[in-house]
Amino acid sequence: MTSTVNILFFARLREKMGAQQLTFEIDTPVSLADLKERLGETHPAFAELRPPIMAAINQDFAPDEAMVQSGDEVAFFPPVTGG
Amino acid sequence: MPTPIVRIQHDSFDVQTLESLLTCSASCGAVVSFVGRVRDHGDRPDVIGLRLEHYPAMTEKILRSHAQSAFERFEVESIVLIHRIGELLLGEPIVGVAVASAHRQAAFDTAQFLMDFLKFDAPFWKQELTASGQAIWVEQKETDRKRRQQW
Repeated sequence: MTSTVNILFFARLREKMGAQQLTFEIDTPVSLADLKERLGETHPAFAELRPPIMAAINQDFAPDEAMVQSGDEVAFFPPVTGG
Repeated sequence: MPTPIVRIQHDSFDVQTLESLLTCSASCGAVVSFVGRVRDHGDRPDVIGLRLEHYPAMTEKILRSHAQSAFERFEVESIVLIHRIGELLLGEPIVGVAVASAHRQAAFDTAQFLMDFLKFDAPFWKQELTASGQAIWVEQKETDRKRRQQW
């Protein structure tokens, strides 16, 4: 089923992508690894991002094998530097 | 279980602010407060301040979750966490933790635990602002990763 996933970018990644947010059409459920690959195909700037890149699904840290569902919020960002 | 006070704010704060938000009766014989400030020697020598960005929904969720873990792990009565965002000048407070407990060890341990976790995974990102007008992203420190692992 094709559905919409809301994708957010923060810090250096937001600058490189030139956007804080985009909505992405993809068949769900899909693994985070596959979502990243598809995103890189349609958005060259994403494929050019340098690691390390952290990811969260619905505000929880998520590994590559985690599954993304329709309507989920996925975020990509560099290692955090608060405090 | 007590509810932690978590605030993400632009406004400055001090130790009084932190401690006034603690909710504990006379049973708390110990209060430990920590304030982290913007220092004048970051990754670059000519830093004049910081700019902080965060992921609002996730920051709140993570900080509350760490505070809940602290309540389960240590004998503490009250926890207050404040983190600032936006532009901060040298010497200004950036992060604050206050913990109240019956005895001091639990309060010291909890403050340390919360700061170590916050540095490792709370989604804040710092940029160092320099005298020449640059804004440069700060890299995560290896020491911060190690401190998180000791718990």
